[in-house]
Amino acid sequence: MPKYLEFRLPDVGEGLTEADIVDWKVTVGDAVTVNQALVEIETAKSLVELPSPHAGVITKVLVEAGATVEVGTPIVVIDTDPDGAPEADGGSPAVASGTGGAADGAASADDETSGDVLVGYGTKHAAASRRPRRAAEPAPAAPAAAPPSPPAPATEPATMATVDGQAAAPSSTILAKPPVRKLAKDLGIDLNRVPGTGPGGIITRGDVEAAAQRSEPERLVSYPGDDRPWLDGGVVSADGRQTRVPVRSVRARTAEAMVASAFTAPHVTVFQTVDVTKTMKLVARLKEDRDFSDTRVTPLLIAAKALILAIRRHPTISAAWDDATQEIVYKHYINLGIAASTPRGLVVPNIKDAHRMGLHELAVALGDLTATARAGKTTPAAMTDGTVTITNVGVFGIDTGTPILNPGEAAILAFGAISQRPWVHHGKIKPRWVTQLALSMDHRLIDGELGSRVLADTARTLADPAQGLVWG
Amino acid sequence: MIQSDIQGETPHVGTQDDDLIQLLTITGERVHQQTYSPLVEHLDRAALEGLYRDMVLVRRFDTEATALQRHGELGLWPQCLGQEAAQIGSGRALAAQDHVFPSYREHGVGWTRGLDLRKVLHQFRGEDHGGWDPAEHNFSLYTLVIGSHALHATGYAMGVQRDGDVGTGNPERDRAVVAYFGDGATSQGDVSEAMVFAAVNDAPVVFFCQNNQWAISEPTERQSRVPLYRRGSGFGIPGVRVDGNDVLACYAVTQEALERARSGGGPTFIEAVTYRMGAHTTSDDPTRYRSRAEEDYWRTRDPIDRLKLHLVAEGTAPEFFTALDEEAEAFGAQIRDYCRSIPKAAPSRIFEHVYAAEHSLVEAERAWFDEYEAGFATEGAQR
Repeated sequence: MPKYLEFRLPDVGEGLTEADIVDWKVTVGDAVTVNQALVEIETAKSLVELPSPHAGVITKVLVEAGATVEVGTPIVVIDTDPDGAPEADGGSPAVASGTGGAADGAASADDETSGDVLVGYGTKHAAASRRPRRAAEPAPAAPAAAPPSPPAPATEPATMATVDGQAAAPSSTILAKPPVRKLAKDLGIDLNRVPGTGPGGIITRGDVEAAAQRSEPERLVSYPGDDRPWLDGGVVSADGRQTRVPVRSVRARTAEAMVASAFTAPHVTVFQTVDVTKTMKLVARLKEDRDFSDTRVTPLLIAAKALILAIRRHPTISAAWDDATQEIVYKHYINLGIAASTPRGLVVPNIKDAHRMGLHELAVALGDLTATARAGKTTPAAMTDGTVTITNVGVFGIDTGTPILNPGEAAILAFGAISQRPWVHHGKIKPRWVTQLALSMDHRLIDGELGSRVLADTARTLADPAQGLVWG
Repeated sequence: MIQSDIQGETPHVGTQDDDLIQLLTITGERVHQQTYSPLVEHLDRAALEGLYRDMVLVRRFDTEATALQRHGELGLWPQCLGQEAAQIGSGRALAAQDHVFPSYREHGVGWTRGLDLRKVLHQFRGEDHGGWDPAEHNFSLYTLVIGSHALHATGYAMGVQRDGDVGTGNPERDRAVVAYFGDGATSQGDVSEAMVFAAVNDAPVVFFCQNNQWAISEPTERQSRVPLYRRGSGFGIPGVRVDGNDVLACYAVTQEALERARSGGGPTFIEAVTYRMGAHTTSDDPTRYRSRAEEDYWRTRDPIDRLKLHLVAEGTAPEFFTALDEEAEAFGAQIRDYCRSIPKAAPSRIFEHVYAAEHSLVEAERAWFDEYEAGFATEGAQR
């Protein structure tokens, strides 16, 4: 007899009320052992892997990656006695939906009581759910109005309205062999959304590969009445003209940070166009250098070094406005942030104490930072306490922009595309490598003069890296 | 300005520290030390295997409890991961009549006192304020307030003195008291006060400080200008610094301090240099304040690994380790099952241990509370 046990999202951090599901480590049909990692969740405090409380077979994944779930919500169903069940992946979802209430009251109990902290950080209290008082007079047989509000209805497996009419299969009926599941996981393909073309609707390797190809740049789909494709995914409105997608962790945080920054710090931006031919020559030379053979040398590296040198000449720009105390906080260090576009959205990890690094060390740190960000493994620690940021809009072929400050910082440099342009060089018009720099500053504490000097000095090193010898 | 970027630097522990007492190197070789080696000479291979078993089982208990918190079965768990040698080594040096005042991470010490570790889970499941009878194993309840129990230990030790159980020369009678606390607690006033009283009264107390490098997110370097073991000297208390990941050295150093206390020689301050390999508690995320390099450095100093290397070199059979692994697995499963079966305590239990004897005011409050509880439409908010 199969025995189904639900696993409810626990409070992993004393008084947390919700968490984001980041990544499922298992799929339906997987056999799991006790304490095998099931899922990675992200709370307000940290990334945490939840170990399985039971041994058995995963029969249902109730919440998709990306969803925000309240503590106490069932997130997965495990069959702890799969022997005698029809077939691990053939188990009818109707049977499985009658989940045992075996997950005892611990999760919901935590939800109520864990607002009080014994040791560790302070927490905010979980919303108190009150038990109704018994009526003063003998109550009639009518049941009390509402039982204590359970920890929110389970987030339904979000049904994706796909336009081609193929309703996405709920996760419990996904048919795919383990190697195909592994491939899909490696490629980041959600099997819920892959139509199976194999016998009996089994998803084949080819289906996954095709899906991966479709999702390369951005998933596109043709909507009725329109021969040009638009975005796919999310919940499509009834008239088929809009798609709604919930705002999730990184996007939400980006939005918060940008609103906070744009509407508290008055921005002013200064621009400079600069001939970086000598920087390009230096980059080419360093690429040949054996000492740099283990890392990538890019113009961004020289720009980072140039900015660091400029800040060291004008250290008052490494500062922050503390509104609460009405103080300006001057930082005696440079934690250099690099805005990185990642699969999970925009993140701005920073290189700690970048001012102490030699060029090679800085190159390695830059390489590590981008590799970590691309792999989606940037830690919260890497994103805190930045002092200045570079956004390399040049990689998109853009001349420059007016960047918005990373909150808590006083300056941000936009590094534009480098292209050959006609340029007056030694009195003659020559094709030269030219780029545009833009520096936004928090005008509450940085005046135009200071920002301009920092930008001009950055540009000067890029125009002639030998200047670094003088200032370094 | 003093640069305060201590985080990320490689911690200095081990061979370059001349003051550090070490009897077993990280590669499992015995070191001869004039004062302390004689104190562990009587430990034969079977005894060392026993210490190894202690550490493995305590670690298994600790990892299972951590997982149980992640399962939603415990509200919180403070891990002792990495501190097994400090706790087992010192704990095994104790005599039955000695008394221990632990903080909240001393699962290993509890184990050496014969405490059924499953009882520790009650408190962290929120079903009890303690979980065991302190008198049964001379092991007090966990203290969650940082450092306050250093005073309790000193007071208790002064009581032992007044009972005449110090310096009689009778090994069955002479008693010592040990207060276990961490590096963070040394910044608390209570610990300093305790040392003042312990020193001037020659109280038979041992201050056993596990310096696990981190007071939650605050590194030791930011809390003290001097190595912690030198704290005692200002109070007139001898201090010793021991490799806290060396179970033999911890045993020897504690043995010596206990003997001094029992014989009337007064208190000792022991700094066991170890590392909290896990988080402060399950609510903490150490990646926010310490580096991977630092964790990797300490992983090479794992207290269990070095004793295993030594035992293998001494000829312990592979079957011993296999059997122990199996025992540990079964132990883990037992912990898990037990935790889930802990019954829900009645809320009115809180009134039970306020006073040793019956107390009319407490009785009145209990009666009021029972009536209040009975006034709800549904019995218990939890389904």
